[in-house]
Amino acid sequence: MSELTLTLIKFGFLAVLWIFVLSAVSVIRTDIFGTRVPTRPVAKAAKAGKTPTPATPKKKAPKKRGLRGRPSVLQIVEGPNAGQSVPLGDEPLLLGRGTDAAIRLNDDYVSTRHARFASNGEQWFVEDLGSTNGTYIGSQRITSPVPVPIGTQVRLGKTIVELRK
Amino acid sequence: MSDTSPLAPRKRRGAELVLTLMAVVIGVFGYIAVGLGTTGAIPTDTYRLIGGLILAAVGAHLAVRRFAPYADPVLLPLVLCLNGLGLAMIHRLDMGRQAINPDRAAFATGQVIWTFVGIIAFTAVLVLVRDHRRLQGFTYTFGLVAIGLLLLPLIPGIGQEINGARIWIRLGPFSFQPGEAAKVCLAIFFAGYLVVKRDVLALAGKRLLGIDLPRGRDLGPILLGWLISVGILVFQRDLGSSLLFFGLFVVVLFVATERPGWLVVGALLFAVGAWFGYTAFGHVRVRFEAWLDPFSNPDQNGQIISALFGLAHGGVLGRGWGLGSPELTPFSFSDFILASLGEELGLTGLMAVLLIYGLVVERGLRIALTCRDGFGKLLGIGLTMSFAIQVFIVAGGVTRLIPLTGLTAPFLAQGGSSIVMNWAIIALLLRISDQTRRPAPKTSRVDADDQTQVVKL
Repeated sequence: MSELTLTLIKFGFLAVLWIFVLSAVSVIRTDIFGTRVPTRPVAKAAKAGKTPTPATPKKKAPKKRGLRGRPSVLQIVEGPNAGQSVPLGDEPLLLGRGTDAAIRLNDDYVSTRHARFASNGEQWFVEDLGSTNGTYIGSQRITSPVPVPIGTQVRLGKTIVELRK
Repeated sequence: MSDTSPLAPRKRRGAELVLTLMAVVIGVFGYIAVGLGTTGAIPTDTYRLIGGLILAAVGAHLAVRRFAPYADPVLLPLVLCLNGLGLAMIHRLDMGRQAINPDRAAFATGQVIWTFVGIIAFTAVLVLVRDHRRLQGFTYTFGLVAIGLLLLPLIPGIGQEINGARIWIRLGPFSFQPGEAAKVCLAIFFAGYLVVKRDVLALAGKRLLGIDLPRGRDLGPILLGWLISVGILVFQRDLGSSLLFFGLFVVVLFVATERPGWLVVGALLFAVGAWFGYTAFGHVRVRFEAWLDPFSNPDQNGQIISALFGLAHGGVLGRGWGLGSPELTPFSFSDFILASLGEELGLTGLMAVLLIYGLVVERGLRIALTCRDGFGKLLGIGLTMSFAIQVFIVAGGVTRLIPLTGLTAPFLAQGGSSIVMNWAIIALLLRISDQTRRPAPKTSRVDADDQTQVVKL
């Protein structure tokens, strides 16, 4: 075996050894930094997780508008009584199927005394009165009085109402 | 959430297979180069070795693929590479030593068999330990088993004293070093014990000189651990193991309690133990002298001097496989295999080997870092640090950085119990890694319905 061949084998072996070490390092490198998170699907997923209904994005924009001025009417947006509206005063407003309601909602899924809108002089609140099917803002079932800015849709049964200027 | 989730971890089993085959190539290349260097011809039984190594490597890879699909992809190839290098080197030393004296024992065949046993043990651990957290239930069992294993060599019938250290047991034709198995058992015991007691150790107790001292009753088992390691030193004359167990213990304690004071306490206790060993035992003094000034007594310190000459002979690029004379050093195939590799592969090759050890330790620590449960974390740290301390003690001893103590370089050195238990350690690490990187199981999430949930009255 010639000297040259043995030297070549020596260098060849060291080269193979180091190539192995370096490729192991490169696998670790991609292992550490390689789980690149695509931003688009994640943002989408996060959004979907937080706000499953499309109603909420609508809510956000009018919220800013609602900071200026006070609402003057309660408008029924959807449901059997769509189109009807009640002017807002200082008095609390009762919604339901009962006869003492400000608007008699002709909705089978609304309780007799379903929810009440009330004002503290600055802001309007909605309060559920122990209805069977609940009162929702977005996908959130409300359990205590919640402030309602202008344009926020509040759902009772199949009826959706909102405050307007 | 789903299979298409962008955060689903990559298994990277393909990368593992490629690296595994590269590791096999390194082992086979080394074997062929030994043949060319010593006899000038490719050994005729090369194909057998190739077949065997590929069988072992692919077997281990398939075991990981089947039983731990999310495990770390580089650990297995790294240790396979070390194992292959060790086999080639032991074979080369067999040839060199038998050229001096044909009566000398050959170790390579036995080592190949032990490697296969090790890979079987590796697979068995992967199959049997499906969840490392199960081991926590056997904390004290493992502690007792470890003490039992450490005491075994002291039993007159089966214990055996070789080269002044009483650390072997002999059962029929097999001799075994129970200390290696005890290491794994102790790592499990420390992890299981400290994960429960760490808050008590860290928070209850007095503060003295800036160190939070724990209460006596919590300290008891720790002092027991120290006493055991000193006991090994006294009764078995095994400096390396006692240093390893004690170092492992202090590190796991430090990680568990997050109190740097333990390192100070550990260093002080170690200093006391070392001073005690130095004054009480002649062989410890011999080791110290060989470390500080080997050339003052060349007859007594011939081994380390020979190893140093070998390393110097190797230089930067080494002599080449089969072209140096590492066989002149006593125990060149076990304790001094790093010096043998340094002579034949040079600094360049030895650095690659140390880097591979470093990568194994890095992966182990990464596994411990990313592990979600405390027990797995401490177990990962314990196993990894026992590996790291062992490599440090061996490499430091051979290169005269620290006094020489008898420990084997993991996966490289000749020794059946060492190689089998190290394969088991790697299997445990891969098991923890698999648990850690596995995506969370699918749970059906109850979404709030978009529509009002309607109940008609």
